[in-house]
Amino acid sequence: MIRPFGMQEFLFLIESAGWTLLLTLIASILGGVLALGLAIARVSVHIVLKEVARLYISVIQGIPVLMVLFLSYYGLAQAGLDLPPVIAASVALSIYASAYLGDIWRGAIQSVHRQQWEASASLALTRMQQYRYVILPQSVKIALPPTVGFLVQLVKNTSIVSIVSVIELTRAGQLVNNVTFEPFKVFIIVALIYLAICYPMSRASRYLEGKSRVYRNG
Amino acid sequence: MAFDLQFAPILAHTPALLDAFWLTLKLSFGAVFLGCALGLLASTARIMLPRYSRWLVDLYVETIRNTPLLVQLYIIFFALPVVGIRLSAVYAGLLALTINLGAYSTEIFRAGIESIHRSQIEAGMSLSLTRWQVFMHIMLKPAVARIWPSLVSQIILTMLGSSICSFISVQEISGEAYTIQSLTYRSFEIYIVASLMYLALSLLLKGMLTVLGHYLFTPRRQRRTWWPAGTAQKRISS
Repeated sequence: MIRPFGMQEFLFLIESAGWTLLLTLIASILGGVLALGLAIARVSVHIVLKEVARLYISVIQGIPVLMVLFLSYYGLAQAGLDLPPVIAASVALSIYASAYLGDIWRGAIQSVHRQQWEASASLALTRMQQYRYVILPQSVKIALPPTVGFLVQLVKNTSIVSIVSVIELTRAGQLVNNVTFEPFKVFIIVALIYLAICYPMSRASRYLEGKSRVYRNG
Repeated sequence: MAFDLQFAPILAHTPALLDAFWLTLKLSFGAVFLGCALGLLASTARIMLPRYSRWLVDLYVETIRNTPLLVQLYIIFFALPVVGIRLSAVYAGLLALTINLGAYSTEIFRAGIESIHRSQIEAGMSLSLTRWQVFMHIMLKPAVARIWPSLVSQIILTMLGSSICSFISVQEISGEAYTIQSLTYRSFEIYIVASLMYLALSLLLKGMLTVLGHYLFTPRRQRRTWWPAGTAQKRISS
């Protein structure tokens, strides 16, 4: 049965874009927590911790998101956890996000001047206090533009979880295309919805970047 | 959580996996060459041609950078046939990867070219170099040297992105892995093997391109080792 592409189909796409955003949100929160640990492990003085974090980051950055997705989807199944695809997808995207965010944040932590560490150590702050009051507040400013930039990548990469039939925007586009047979219209609209989500984020990232550069020069 | 991993059933499919590895390699190399050429062309056009070319290039870059590769692939593979352009899956994949890398590398080259100071160009002009010579030796080469690391990471991302071509049934590593898992039912094992193949490929690519960059952009008299010395030094000091 062929249906024309109408308001109902359009609303279905918009509704599915909500899932895209939700997946992005979950992955950025879970991935972000993991990434903070990774970033701190990467700059820690414990050689084992440091190397484990380095290995994790380079392995995840060296394989496609698709493989991370399949490994967590089938890996969890093999471990006897029969979880719904949405969970596997969230796990995969969180792992993916953690590796890239971890690397970005490591860079941000390392770009805080050495003297800041020394000054705060000489004020008898503990390691925890050094991070909390001196290092992290400065790194956040540096890390913000690339983090927002990475979130754009994350939104786009949620499209991959359509393969384990999570109905997010791309999967919805496929489904609508299957009943309307209007691939041109459907996928252009899907692309425009992604554009509407990602473009403001890209602009924000660039704006923040410009601002932080002024800040650093001044 | 008891894992029972059996790699034996997968070994039987080694030839198919090697073919898939080769296809991934070909797809990535093709996309990297064409994509970088496209990026170079677009970023040059942006500064050389009249004003209106600037927003055309910006439109291309922003649209591609803000939509998923998968959707671009679907548009090329499913929507273009509607207007009479029919491509095989492999060529559709190659085209999508090329257009995608083209947009990212345009942005990377642009950043490099913009980082060249005006006075450099004026100095070149005053030495009566031709426009072409100024462009090649004073703008392009130092620009590419400067942006080489980000170009390398973008190239690796494109190679990893080639896995998305499996969505339109291209039998590269991911596609072949999917086929093998449906034949053997050893899904976890096959995806471990496939991931290791990608990992090897990205490490190889990164190593090769880093050495290549070292050879291209370090003057011969400063080139003491085959491996760029800076990376090792940085690692020690951090």
